[in-house]
Amino acid sequence: MINSSLTNNSLKQLGDMLQAKKISSVELTQSFLDRIRQYNPSINAYISLDEAKTLTQAKAADIRIAAGSAVPLTGIPIAQKDIFCAQGWQTTCGSKMLANFIAPYDAHVITQFDGAGAVNLGKTNMDEFAMGSSNETSYFGSVKNPWSFDRVPGGSSGGSAAAVAARLCAAATGTDTGGSIRQPASLCGFTGLKPTYGVVSRYGMIAFASSLDQAGPMAKSAEDCALMMNVMAGFDERDSTSLNRDKEDYTRELYNSNPNKPLQGLKIGLPKEFFADGLDANVATVIENAIAEYKKLGAEIVEISLPNTGLSIPVYYVLAPAEASSNLSRYDGVRYGHRAAEYTDLMDMYCKSRAEGFGAEVKRRILIGTYVLSAGYYDAYYLKAQQIRRLIAQDFVEAFKQCDVIMGPAAPSTAFKAGEKVDDPVAMYLQDIYTISTNLAGLPGMSVPAGFASSDDGKSLPVGLQIIGNYFDEARMLNVAHQYQQVTDWHLRMPDLNAPEGLE
Amino acid sequence: MALSTEDIKKIAHLARIEVSDSDAAATLTKLTGILGLIEQMQAVDTTGIEPMSHSQELSQRLRDDVVTKTNLRDAFQKNAPALGNGSTAPAIAGGLYLVPKVIE
Repeated sequence: MINSSLTNNSLKQLGDMLQAKKISSVELTQSFLDRIRQYNPSINAYISLDEAKTLTQAKAADIRIAAGSAVPLTGIPIAQKDIFCAQGWQTTCGSKMLANFIAPYDAHVITQFDGAGAVNLGKTNMDEFAMGSSNETSYFGSVKNPWSFDRVPGGSSGGSAAAVAARLCAAATGTDTGGSIRQPASLCGFTGLKPTYGVVSRYGMIAFASSLDQAGPMAKSAEDCALMMNVMAGFDERDSTSLNRDKEDYTRELYNSNPNKPLQGLKIGLPKEFFADGLDANVATVIENAIAEYKKLGAEIVEISLPNTGLSIPVYYVLAPAEASSNLSRYDGVRYGHRAAEYTDLMDMYCKSRAEGFGAEVKRRILIGTYVLSAGYYDAYYLKAQQIRRLIAQDFVEAFKQCDVIMGPAAPSTAFKAGEKVDDPVAMYLQDIYTISTNLAGLPGMSVPAGFASSDDGKSLPVGLQIIGNYFDEARMLNVAHQYQQVTDWHLRMPDLNAPEGLE
Repeated sequence: MALSTEDIKKIAHLARIEVSDSDAAATLTKLTGILGLIEQMQAVDTTGIEPMSHSQELSQRLRDDVVTKTNLRDAFQKNAPALGNGSTAPAIAGGLYLVPKVIE
C-alpha cells in the first residue's frame, strides 16, 4: 500500500513525525522506494538505485533518532543529482564516459547530508555533464515531465525535478550553471534555489563550468529549501572558491513576519527586458497574477532595466564551453572513464575514447570552447565575453540600488514537447534567457510555482516565478517565496501520475 | 568568420575528439548556428572594461604546509578502464596505468 499523502508531506512534517516516532525512517524510506519502483520505470528520474545502501542509512537514522541526537533532516530520504560523487555509488554525470564509474569519495554536499543523517535514495538523471535544458542529452535516456509524459522536465537537473514533482523523494539536490535548477523547477512546478556562487562547496561535484556551477536545493516549498540549505551551505577548504562565512540559519526570516502585511515595504524590481518579446503570453499572465498577489502582501513594484540581458546567452556560450573544454580534458581514457576498445597509439586512444564516450551536445560544447580559446581568437571571444560579463553583473548592481528583489519568469514557456528542440541547439539555449545572467553575476535565484498556463495544444502546465536576490540574500528570498506560499497553494499541486496525459 | 569542415577537423584534433567526414559536416552546421549567436557580442563596445573572470573577488587561500591527503591509489585504480585491443583486464600494472608506448 503506497501512502501518497506520506510522500507528500513537507520536510518539517516528516521530521516531526520521525522525531515523535509516529513513523520510522525505514518505513518512510520504504514508502518512497515503493513509489519509485512503481513510477520510475515510466518517468526515468533515477539513474541508479541501491535499496540495500539506502535502507542501511535509514536504519542508522532510526538508531540516531532513538538516541535523541537527531537534527532536522535525520531520516529523511533525499535524491542526489548524479553529478555528486557519493562513495560506493555509481556516479555517471549522465554520460557514457562515466557509465562504470564508482565514486571513491564523497562530494562535500553528500558529506553534509550524511552528517545530518539524511538518507540517500538514489542518483538522479541529468543532461550529460549538465549540458542541456531538457534532460534529452542524458546517456541514460530522457526523463518524462510528471505533469505530461510527452513533455520534457527541463534540465539539466531533470531527474531531480521529475523526482520532486512526482514525489519520488522528499527533496532533491540539483546544480545550476545557467538555469539547471530554476528552469526545471519552473517546468515541473516546484521550488528550486540556486544560491550565491561560493555558498555551497563544489568539492566532488563533477565540474562543467567552474566559475558558474553552483549546487542548490529542489523541493516542494521555500521552507523545505531553507531546511536543505541549512545542510548544504557552508565553508569547505577543499573548494578554493568556497566562501568562508559564518554559518546561517536559512529559516530565520520565515516565521517572524507581520501576519497582515508580511512583505510590507519590500521593493520588487521588474526588469522590462524579462517581459519583452520571446515570453509566452500565457506565462506572462501567470507572472503578472503572482506580482498582483505580492502587492496584496504589502510589496511595492519598481520598474527596472537589465539592459544587457540579451547578451547573457552569447556570453554564456563562450565562457561555459571554454571552461568545459578545459574541465573535460581530464576524460582521456587513461585512469578512469571510457576507453575505446580498439586503438593504435596514444593519440588514437585519446581521440577514439573521447569520440565514443561523449554525446553530441557535449562534443559540440567542447569544440566551441576549444575554438574560442584557440590562438588568434582569444581576444575576440573569451576576453570580449568576460568584459560583457562585467556589464551584465553591473546591471544588477544598479538594479539593486532601486529594489530588494527582482522578479520575472524563470523560463520563457511551459514544458515543451520531447524532441521539439533536440535538433536546434540555439532554440534550446534560449530556454535559459532569464536565468543565465544571474549565474554570470554569481547572484542567487529561485523559481517558485506561480500557477498554470495553457500550452498550444491546451494542456495546463506549471509556471515558475523567478526571484533574484542580491549576494547572500537567500534568507530574505526564501521568506519572500514562503509568504507567497502562505497565501497560494500552487506549490501543493501534484501531478496525477496515473493520468498524466489527462489533465486538460 | 565562416568555418569549414577542415576547421572543424582541426578544432576536433585540438580537443582530441575523432570526427568522421560526415560528423564534421553535421557539426559544422550546428557550430555555425551557435557561433552566429555568439557574434552578437561584437556589436558591444567594451573599450576599457575590465574582464570579469569570476563573480567573487577572491584571492587564493594558502593552507598550512602539512600532509592532508592519504594514499587512495588502490581505491582509485578500481575505476581503471579495460585495457582494450582484445583485453578486458584493467589497464593497470604494479600501481601504474597502462597506455600505448609513447617513447621508442
